[in-house]
Amino acid sequence: MTITEDRPDTAAPDAEIGKARRRKEDQRLITGRTRWTDNLTVPGMLHLAMVRSPFAHANITSINTDEAKAASGVIDVITGEDIKDVQGVNANAWPITTDQVTPTHLPVAVSRVACAGEIVAVVVARTPAEARDAAELVDVDYEELPAVLDLKEAAADTVIAHPDLGTNKCAFWKLDSAEQGSGGDVEAAIAKARTDGIVIEREYRQQRLIPAFMEPRSVLVDPTGEQMIVWSSTQVPHILRFLIAATMGIPESKIRVIAPDVGGGFGGKLQTTPEEFATIAISRRLGKPCKYTETRSESLLSGHHGRDQWQKLTLSAEKDGTVTGLKVDLLADMGAYVAIVGGGVPVLGAWMFNSIYKFPAYQFNCQTVLTNKTWVDAYRGAGRPEATFAIERIMDELAAELGRDPIEVREQNWITHEEFPFTTVAGMTYDSGNYEAATAKAKELFGYDELRAEQQQRRDSHDPVQLGIGVSTFTEMCGLAPSRILGQLNYGAGGWEHASIRMLATGKVEVLTGSSAHGQGHETAWSQIVADRLGVAFEDVEVLHGDTQIAHRGMDTYGSRSLVVGGEAVVRAADKVIAKAKVFAAHLLEASEDDLEFKAGRFEVKGTDKGLAIGEVALAAFAGHNLPDGAEPSIDADATYDPVNFSFPHGTHLCAMEVDTETGATTMRKYVCVDDIGTIINPLIVEGQIHGGLVQGIAQALWEGAEYDENGTLVTGSFVDYTLPTAADTINYVSDHTVSPSTTNTLGTKGVGEAGTIASTPAVVNAIVDAIRSFGVNDVLMPCTPERVWKAILTGSAKPAEGEREAAPHFDDGAPNQDNPDTSASTQGGAQ
Amino acid sequence: MTRITVNVDGTKYSDEVEPRTLLVQYLRESLGKTGTVIGCDTSNCGACTVHLDGTSVKSCNMLAVQADGHEVTTIEGLAKNGELHPLQTAFHECHALQCGYCTPGMIMQSCDLLKNNPDPSEQEIREGLEGNLCRCTGYQNIVKAVQQAARQGKESGQQSGQGDADGNPVDLNEAEQTVGATS
Repeated sequence: MTITEDRPDTAAPDAEIGKARRRKEDQRLITGRTRWTDNLTVPGMLHLAMVRSPFAHANITSINTDEAKAASGVIDVITGEDIKDVQGVNANAWPITTDQVTPTHLPVAVSRVACAGEIVAVVVARTPAEARDAAELVDVDYEELPAVLDLKEAAADTVIAHPDLGTNKCAFWKLDSAEQGSGGDVEAAIAKARTDGIVIEREYRQQRLIPAFMEPRSVLVDPTGEQMIVWSSTQVPHILRFLIAATMGIPESKIRVIAPDVGGGFGGKLQTTPEEFATIAISRRLGKPCKYTETRSESLLSGHHGRDQWQKLTLSAEKDGTVTGLKVDLLADMGAYVAIVGGGVPVLGAWMFNSIYKFPAYQFNCQTVLTNKTWVDAYRGAGRPEATFAIERIMDELAAELGRDPIEVREQNWITHEEFPFTTVAGMTYDSGNYEAATAKAKELFGYDELRAEQQQRRDSHDPVQLGIGVSTFTEMCGLAPSRILGQLNYGAGGWEHASIRMLATGKVEVLTGSSAHGQGHETAWSQIVADRLGVAFEDVEVLHGDTQIAHRGMDTYGSRSLVVGGEAVVRAADKVIAKAKVFAAHLLEASEDDLEFKAGRFEVKGTDKGLAIGEVALAAFAGHNLPDGAEPSIDADATYDPVNFSFPHGTHLCAMEVDTETGATTMRKYVCVDDIGTIINPLIVEGQIHGGLVQGIAQALWEGAEYDENGTLVTGSFVDYTLPTAADTINYVSDHTVSPSTTNTLGTKGVGEAGTIASTPAVVNAIVDAIRSFGVNDVLMPCTPERVWKAILTGSAKPAEGEREAAPHFDDGAPNQDNPDTSASTQGGAQ
Repeated sequence: MTRITVNVDGTKYSDEVEPRTLLVQYLRESLGKTGTVIGCDTSNCGACTVHLDGTSVKSCNMLAVQADGHEVTTIEGLAKNGELHPLQTAFHECHALQCGYCTPGMIMQSCDLLKNNPDPSEQEIREGLEGNLCRCTGYQNIVKAVQQAARQGKESGQQSGQGDADGNPVDLNEAEQTVGATS
């Protein structure tokens, strides 16, 4: 059983944890004193421009670089052939099966391109403008090959994305609760429900999305003799360093990777990119510092994409609404190559489709598929938004089938708060949670009963603007990840995190973290944690990160792991500092260690007024004049923490959408979320993460989608067509919390980076479907544009009810059109 | 090459530029004003927003030569005498930034918004910032920051007369006079 409290139990009056500290990071960001990679210059630095394939699939028959090489300011033009032996490879770190079909992904293509946007040549010039001008002069001849673009067609293997591989089927991954002993036989459950229960079968589409971080990616490489510094706009400096060493044959010790200020990532910068590897290879070849910064169009085309799945679900239940089984069949588009996490992203859904519900039987099947489109990898949530969307959509369908309230049906099936820790049908052990408490709070903040009453009233009066209420009671797995589990899953690395604490002689504290922030506010939150733990001032803590020469060990930032894993490493390093300092303090105070108590930053001899602040101990260690015999004069400490389990944030999100049934236009009326993310370190940062996450999830529901034409050209290749929401598209959200601390880490934190994105998409689509369900509609493809909503209403199975209002006439009979027929022949007689 | 003379953040610069050079490229590459950033190539994102003679413009959407004889204020020129502009403070106080990449443009656009409408409604703020994209914050705290700065502006305006676009009671007048003299 877990306890739900309104406030974290760490919120003592003077505690830093729980305080809405303003961020330490902000000063340089609000004054323009930032170090984005593209802001950096190195003496003698050259600029690169990429020549990219316009074709989705083609053989490169020849590349003529003569004219480009002769252009002003051009140092060199380099093709894949020129650097084929030294350019390394873009690796897949998680082959989900041992027989996964994995095409080799070269940074610069040598003989064939498998998607539009692949790099075929690189121009090196004095200025970015000269490089881009010359890129236009590179003459590449292609022999076009048939391209496979549609996911389902690709799965049929009629056209092959990589002819040498003979198939588009990349890997098949299965979890079956009966086979692994965590539950019953799903086929039996479904068969039984077909005779005496309820079976709901649905197929949902997860459209392809683009992470669309605001800072375009940039990389600057400075080869200084044998050594090399790589500045990159990346989420993963440590992983990048490892993969440079592993695939380019450069000793790891010669490589320093720095992620300076990084302008957002959302998963989109956890790749090691062709651009990084090409820039490294070329700067080493020329012995000169080289920089490459992508344009936004290049970013949208060649930075990895996210989602892109077809999801078939079969849910079985008893007639009273108790769920008995869930079978999931996924088709997941990998794009042209299996990216760094690649097939692992949809596979993360294996433990999430069953969500918070007590399915006795479960099966998850995932077929990953290659196509001739941009490669797909993690985008905020990575596998969990996809799973949450499908299960939350189909739980609404079950409620509709039963004619019951969707929250009531969920409650009938979810894990109750008395049942934690609870091992799910997928085999995960959820340590804590309280779905009842979060839902009750959300309903109250939302005015659930009042809005349901208004919805009924609008239905009864056949109001052309219908109201829909969407529910999403989600959970997710965060804190990636216990290394042993990653090993069992064939992932290429561990899931630990590292921290070091340096106690400076002047009482200041340096914290080195292997997490690599790009907007999350680690400098502030880590300072709060350390201030509390060591009893030092918040201002006295300096957090250093994002440079492999400073924070030399790390697994970086993604999967809502930084606080849960990286924060715990910081806590453990602090505890080691205290343990070391205690020995010195006992010596200096001439007391027994057993008689010392560490409180609010001071070692005090119990029952006396004698004591020493930890800063004083640090100074004593620095001086080294009076330490125990043989003691090493340092109280600095390192910790590497490997989590024992995932963490499981959860929450209840409620969304009210108004749908104009005459036009299909949708308007968000209200959005309430109550998230349980365990202990909150900084409520201000948490609120920001929730808001931003919500909008990205809402954007999937309403606006965003990466679209290709029939030739494999990305037609949403700029911000004109890939429509990020603006301030005018969004509303203010109501966010609140319940707190059931995680039991698997010291602070009780669970992770918040992805929660909003995971939960919000189904809440919005459920609301839209709820608004127009009376028209016989049970799904609208995302993004739910007015056109799609309007067409769903038109093609819905239900006729307008008796007394349904006809659409208002556009013009009164006999009234003139808005265009004067005398002056505009083309509009005569035509209402628009 | 064309010679231009531009006053940027209070300093006069006279340079030869290629006619095709965008104002943002000139600011970043010639003047080292890297506080102003580039987020897109279609003038959708607004990350490069600066003030030209006190009015916000997307500096990727005009040529450097068009700024000849004009006064440009970037995010780096907003704080005066070491004191942050009220909007900079409000963005910090309200947690209106995360990665911070859109922030310079967002702050410069918010200045313009409040100059034209010192007491905007929430909807007016949202519409006024429609040309600036943020991927991190969901905009809610940005709106809150602008509201806070507007409240402060109203309070200080009641005490000491009207503020200006760049938050300094006297500078705008000076800027306008300078522009009048050079254009």
